[in-house]
Order: sequence, then structure tokens, then C-alpha cells
Amino acid sequence: MRRDKQEAQAQFNRRTFMAGAAGVGIFAGIGAQLYNLQILQEDEYRVLSDNNQFSFRIQLPTRGRILDRFGETIAENRDSYRIYLIREQAGDPITALDRLARFMPIGEARRERILRDLARTPRFQPVTVAEGVDWETFSRVNLHLPELPGVMPDVGEVRTYPMPAAFAHVAGYVQSAPPEIAGDDPLLRHPAFRVGRTGVEIARDEELRGAAGSLKVEVNAFGRVIRELPDQSRPAQQGRDVTLTIDSEVQRYATERLGTESASAVGMDVVTGEIVVMASTPSFDPNLFVLGIPSREFRDLNENPYRPLFNKSVNGLYAPASTIKGAISLAALKHGVMRPGERVSCRGSVQLGNRRFHCWRREGHGAVNMHDAIKVSCDVYFYEAAARLGIERIREAAVELGMGQLFDIGIPMLSQAGGLFPSPQWKRARTGQSWTMGDTYNVGIGQGAVLASPLQLAVMTARMATGRAVEPTLYPRTELPEFPLMSFDHAHIEAVHNAHVGVVHEPGGTSYWSLGGLGVDGVRMAGKTGTSQVYSISAEERARGVRSQDDLPWRLRNHGLFICYAPAEQPRYAVALVVEHGGGGARAAAQPARDILRELIVKDPAGRNGLIAARHVPFNLAQGG
Amino acid sequence: MPVFTQPVPRGLRAKLFELNWAFVLLVVLTGSIGILMLYSVAGGSWDPWAVRHAVRFGAGLAVMLVVAMVPPRLWMSLAYPAYLGALFLLVMVELFGATAMGAQRWIDIGPIRMQPSEIMKIALVLALARYYHDLPPEKVSSPGGMMIPALMIALPVGLIAKQPDLGTAVLTGATGAVMVFLAGLSWKIIVPGAVAGLIGGIGFVRYGLEEYQRARVMTFLNPENDPLGAGYHIMQSKIALGSGGLTGKGYIQGTQAHLNFLPEKQTDFIFTMLGEEFGFVGGIAVLVLYALILGHCLMIAMSCRSVFLRLVTMGVTTTFALYVFINTAMVMGLVPVVGVPLPMISYGGSVMFTVLIGLGLILGAHIHRAAEPPKGAGLFG
Repeated sequence: MRRDKQEAQAQFNRRTFMAGAAGVGIFAGIGAQLYNLQILQEDEYRVLSDNNQFSFRIQLPTRGRILDRFGETIAENRDSYRIYLIREQAGDPITALDRLARFMPIGEARRERILRDLARTPRFQPVTVAEGVDWETFSRVNLHLPELPGVMPDVGEVRTYPMPAAFAHVAGYVQSAPPEIAGDDPLLRHPAFRVGRTGVEIARDEELRGAAGSLKVEVNAFGRVIRELPDQSRPAQQGRDVTLTIDSEVQRYATERLGTESASAVGMDVVTGEIVVMASTPSFDPNLFVLGIPSREFRDLNENPYRPLFNKSVNGLYAPASTIKGAISLAALKHGVMRPGERVSCRGSVQLGNRRFHCWRREGHGAVNMHDAIKVSCDVYFYEAAARLGIERIREAAVELGMGQLFDIGIPMLSQAGGLFPSPQWKRARTGQSWTMGDTYNVGIGQGAVLASPLQLAVMTARMATGRAVEPTLYPRTELPEFPLMSFDHAHIEAVHNAHVGVVHEPGGTSYWSLGGLGVDGVRMAGKTGTSQVYSISAEERARGVRSQDDLPWRLRNHGLFICYAPAEQPRYAVALVVEHGGGGARAAAQPARDILRELIVKDPAGRNGLIAARHVPFNLAQGG
Repeated sequence: MPVFTQPVPRGLRAKLFELNWAFVLLVVLTGSIGILMLYSVAGGSWDPWAVRHAVRFGAGLAVMLVVAMVPPRLWMSLAYPAYLGALFLLVMVELFGATAMGAQRWIDIGPIRMQPSEIMKIALVLALARYYHDLPPEKVSSPGGMMIPALMIALPVGLIAKQPDLGTAVLTGATGAVMVFLAGLSWKIIVPGAVAGLIGGIGFVRYGLEEYQRARVMTFLNPENDPLGAGYHIMQSKIALGSGGLTGKGYIQGTQAHLNFLPEKQTDFIFTMLGEEFGFVGGIAVLVLYALILGHCLMIAMSCRSVFLRLVTMGVTTTFALYVFINTAMVMGLVPVVGVPLPMISYGGSVMFTVLIGLGLILGAHIHRAAEPPKGAGLFG
């Protein structure tokens, strides 16, 4: 019995010893793993721990401003109050929105949009509830923040356009980058970031945008920021300001002067090629687009027959009509097919084969020379001039004056904005038919297939005024440009110039009575009317009593055109203006164009701007032969 | 053997004199580390964990000392009733228990909320020790001597596993198995049994598990493949430990813990936090502390005269060691995540009381090591 007991005790001690040894083994294994993790792999885990602990938050750059030529602000940034919701802290999104709705209006559509955004955003990332919140609402939400878990108010910057109507087309606007552009760029995907979508905003987006910075922050496991570490962060780089050649005062004047018409005007400094005015009406409010325009409002803008979203000054195309008569004259003089004093007899129409080509003045102008033909805008004279020149020589001169050319002024344009100046090859390719003398007649009065934008008309006007191949631009030139002289003789340029002055200042000129000059003492102007035919009143309609344009519906009425420049003695500014379906150019377009030109002359900042102070005389008309 | 000639101390003063004060000191040290770490978990605050842990630990220490004073006879006579009572409560939990975290573990008796599986840990140790105390050594490997302990272990383990609380079931089962081994089960039975168990276990994992259960095993084997699922916790725990390095990030400076990358840091993952803040040095120090306590337990077990006290001591020691092993191995990614706390350091009352009562039994065994209670005193004798 006692031996048994001792034997059992010995066996117990042996086995206890074995269990102890096993325990020591397990302890050793655990200690080894601890050594492995904490000593051998420390560096790897240290990196992983830092990755957990720190995160970089994107810092949005301040967008550069857009300024006019005198530094007036066209586009800037203002503080914008935003309300975000973070799902991780908010709990159930529906109750969270219900709570928030007690302090700010949340419509049904917005509510759906927020819930949709919340569903596809990581739990800890803020989702925009509202942007551009007014101060009262913002402070009310801030005041009740303790009862609104997950709601995060934030002050950010938002683009604002202080002169919305005047610059909607030129400056353009910014919007959130659409997904196909944003890709996975964290800056572009940021809910508060905007990119240029039209106008200068998109053309100079890279400079305006600046560079994003990053803020190093300590975050917890839910992504909430615990602490910021500014000394280890990179600040955002502000975007550069972009200065335009536009004079915002004149621009606003032009926009108001065009009023409710569907119209556009381009005004240029003919010496520097700088575009000082570029207006298109009716306009719209680009501020609406920045925060996301409601689709109904967008539809209204988009479907408006006056096309407010369309930049007519560069993309609108019209038959230049009689405004092209200066170009035809220059070509005729250059090639010697018309002597300046040579007269052509106008009896109101001319027969070509079985077709009759009318002069706008049914009773005819009698025998007119070139000066008078331009002054009274006699069509028959230019049928004859065009016939003698032939389409190729007309085309050559017109292209030299800017027709059919796409001018890159530094904002996006449609590819069609180069307009059209037809040629026999073009007609054959387009219609399969050969060029006829009738086609040449039509081109001679700026009709037929000829199409030009107001910008092109302004360039043509500047070139006729200076004799030089003026190039337009929207951005100030760093030095005074020396545009090359065109192929036209000095004397020919002067002859056409005198005729254009006659249009306004000589009795019988198409704008003599309607304008009565520029309206600035001692300053004369030159100009030319144009009436671009949209619809031809048929004999049958005439019989029904449709006698004039006023009897037609708006969309069928003629476009009114006017080109002009001043001062006549030393041209400085040129303006081209088109009033869509406004009736004849003398009636609808001449007065607003003259008013804008006068504004440019009156506001001419001689002495305000170095470039302009250094007067450059391209072509001294006073000494002309 | 001279040690047996020593008399069993009688009276409180004699018993206190015989108390293993070094052991008590090690236990107090361990509990204090718990208070220290729970103060850090709260970001340097006594609320809400450290102060309650301190109070409970103090109360637990008192209970431990009281338990140590009780003569082993009483424990022996309580062994079977306690076991049957605990078994009954486990059945009650199965039938009426409150559900917490998807498992039925708790039972409410008036104001007291109890976890019968905790009571069973002690009761099973006492009952098995009592059984082997009464059993003649030569009958340990007899069919009858094997069947009864097997049933005594299998019944509660099965009930606990069904709650389901796999961690406690494994812990309880393993403790029972170690006690059977220490009671002297023949190698001729242990070796074939272990082999059969191994084959059966592998077969179970391969063919007996549901798809999601197998996925969990796979996640444990490769936590990096599942960075946002269950493997996430283990990954974050390893990052916390690894980034602690040799000396740690400093007290209350653990970024993984305080930025909430670490889950359950006041309970199951408290060792990770300690390793992050005090580094390898701190982790090893705690492991050495536990090793010293366990070493003491082994010495006490071998010094006891009676089979009952030897097996009680080793049973409690095994449970205690398994707590430490499973918890630390789990947070280091060596075993799958099972909810097992680190004794006396993790926050939580139930487990701490169980552990301190168990340690009280060991301290008592040390005081009464020379006692030799009679065999076969009957079920309630």
C-alpha cells in the first residue's frame, strides 16, 4: 500500500515534470514569436503602423482670378458654406437627414441624391448635403451641431462671376469634373473642386488651377482626423491670375446695348489685334453652373430659340452680305479690273441667262463709281466687279482679309468657326455641280455660300482699316506687334477707306441719315452695312401681301450686319456686329455698333496703358496719295 | 519523506504563517499590470475600466485568501455537489439562458448574473481530483476508471460547446485531459488515443466543417489574404506588436491601440497593447511573471501529499496556463481568434474571480500540503 502510494507519487511527479517541460516549450515558442514580431520584423510593422496612423488630406488650391485689361475682376472666389454628412458618425442616414431637415430645407430630389451618394462612398468620407448654403442656415446648423452627429459644416471657396451676363461666354464657367475626366485623380474627384468647362476657364485651366497641397493628419481606425501636422504638410499652390484684353466697362455696355436681341459684337484694337469687346446676347448666369444647374433651368436655356448658351461672336456664322463689298473693291483695284473712277450703270437689276439679279434698290442707282457703289451699297456694281474678277481672285483677296480662316484667340471654338468662303472645288465636292457665273454674282454681294463669324468680320474690318494682316487675341501682348502689310496697294486701301467713311459721313451713304456720325466731336468713323438674307419673299407671298421683312416670322427675317472703325484719320478700334433676324443692317445693327465704337473711343485709355500710349501708326491715311 | 512528517497547520495564525507570500506577491503584481494597462486603454483615465478592475481585483484577492484558509476536506466534500450543480446550471442555460453576442452563456438568478461555464471550470477540477483521489492507482486505466472521468469531462464540454463557446470548451476539455494524464493513465492508452484523435481532428476539419467554418480556419492561416474580414484584427494586432519594437512606443502612446485599430483592447487584446506600449521588454516581462506563477504552482503540486490536492493544483494550473498560452498565442497570430482573456490583466469580472478562486485553492493546497484526507468518504462525505 505504501509502496503503491510512493510509486503513484513518483509517477505524478514525472508527469508533472513533463507537463512543466511542455509549458516551458510553449512559453519559448510564444517568446520566439514575440521576438520575431518585435525585433526581427519591427521595421516592416513600423511602416504599417505609420500607414495606419497617418494619412494625407488633399488641400484644394485657390483658383486664379480672371481679370480684364485694367485688372477688374471677371472671375474670383468667395467663401462658400457647405454642409457634409459622414455616415460613420451619423448612424442611420435617413434619421440623420430627418434630424438635419429640421434646420435646413432638404428637398425630395436632393434627399435621394444624398442617400445615393452615401451608399457608394466609404463610411468615413464626407458626402455633400448642400453647397452654397446661406449664412443664416449655416449658422443655425452650426448652433445645433451637438444634436446632429455626423454633420460637418465647412467653409470652402467657390467660383463667382461678378459680371455674369457680360462674361458668360468669354470667361466661361467651372463645374465639377465629370467622371470621365476625373478618372481617379483625387483632386478632380474632390466634391468641392471645380474645373473649367467653357471659355477662358477651360482654355487656361492649367494655369488657373494651381497645384493641390497635402495635409498630413493623424487618423483613427474610422478615418476620423485626430490631429493635423502642418509642419509635415505641403501647402496648396494658388493658381495664376489670367488677364484678358477685354475692357469690362465697354463689355458690360455692349451687353446691355444689345439688350434682348439675339446678337453679338466683337470690338478690336486694330493696332494690337487685342479684342476689347466680345459680347453675345442674350446671355446667362454662369454662377448657376458652378453649383450644378437644375435640369429644368438648363433645358430652358438650351432650348431657347435665341440660343443664350451659344457664343455667337465666335461660333455664329452669317453671310457677310454687303460688308464684303470693301474686300471685292480691293480685289478689283489690285487686279485692275475696275479703275476707281469707272462707272457702272445700275438699273435695279441685271439679267444673267434666264436669271435676274436684283439690286437692293429696285429703281436702281444710275451710273455709280466704286466710291459711290460702296457708299450706297449698289449690288449691280459688285455683280459686275465679281464677274470681271472671277471667283478665284475674289477668294484670294477675301482669305487674305481673314475670311474662311480660323483664328485662335485662346478660347475654345467650334471647328465650324472658320466660316466658309466657297470655291469651285468646294462646290463640286459638296453638290457635284460646277461653279456658275450666278454663284460668282452671289459671292460678289457676300451671299450664296459665304459664311463668316462676327470675329472674322472684325478681323476683316481691322485689316481693311490698317492694310496689315492683324491677328486677333484675347490675351494682352507683351510687346507691340508688327503685323505684316497685306498685298494691297496703299492707294487702294485708302480709296476703299474713303468710301467706307462716305457710308457714314456723305449724304446718300447708307448710314448717313440713320447714324449722323460717331457722336464724338472731331472724330469721324468709317462703316459698312450688310443685310444677310435668310429667306427670300416669293412672288406668290408678295401677291398675298407679304411686302416687307416685318410681315415675316422672326426666324425668317434677315440678319442685320454692321462693320465700322474709328477714328477715320487714324484707325484705332474696329467693331463688327450682327443682329440675328434684326432686319436690315442700316436699321438694326448700325446704331448699336456705332454706340459700342463710340464707347471704345471715349474710354480709350491713352496713358492708362503702356502699349496704347506708344501709338503705332500702321498706315498714315492723312498722307495717302 | 521528510516533507510528510511536517504537521498540517491549524488555526488562522499558523495558516497565514504558512501562506506562500511570494506567490501572493506575484499575483498582486500581475493584477497591478492589469490596472496599469486599463488606465492606458481609457487614454489615461481611471474611468471606466481601471478603477473597477482594481476594486474587483481587491475583492478577488480577499476571496483567494479565504479560499486558501479552508481545509481541503471541505473542498473534497463539496466536489461532487458542486459539479452536479454546475452541470445543472449548464442545462438551465441551454434551456433558459440569456443570449449575448449570439451565444447563450449567462443565467440570471435574481440580481446575480452568472456564467455556469466559469463555475464548471473549478467544479470539474475538484470532481476529477476527488474521483482519482478515491480510485486505487491500478484502476486508473481500467475500463470503468476510464469511462467515468471521460463522461465527467464530455458532458460539460459538450454543453459549453453548444452555447457555443468553443474557447471555453477547449479550455475545459484540455484541462480535464491533462488531469487524466497526470492521474496516471497508461501510455498504452494515451498513445493510440492521441493518434486516433489527431486523425479524427484532421478529418473533421477537412470533411466535417461547413464552408464558412473552413474559411475561418483558412483566414487564420493566412490573415493577409483577408485584410478587412476576421484576419483584420489579427493583422492589426501583429502591426501593433511589431511596431512596438524593443522598448515600445511609451505608456499611453500606442497609436494602434489609441486610434482604435486594435479591437477589444481592454479584454482579449490587452497583451497586444502592452507589447505596443512597452515593447519586447514589457511583453517578455509579463510572460516571465506568468512563468514564475506557473512554476510555483508546479512546485506546490509536487509537494502535496494527497492525490486530491495534487490534482486540484495541477487542474487549476493547467487552466491558468491555457488562458495565458491561448491568449498570447492568439494576439500574435499563432492560433485562431477565440475569446480567451489574459488572466488578471484583461478587464472582466467572471474570469478573474474564477482564476483567483483557483489560485486560492492552490495556495490552500500549499498550506495543507501535508494533509491526507481519507479515501472513499462517500458522495457527500
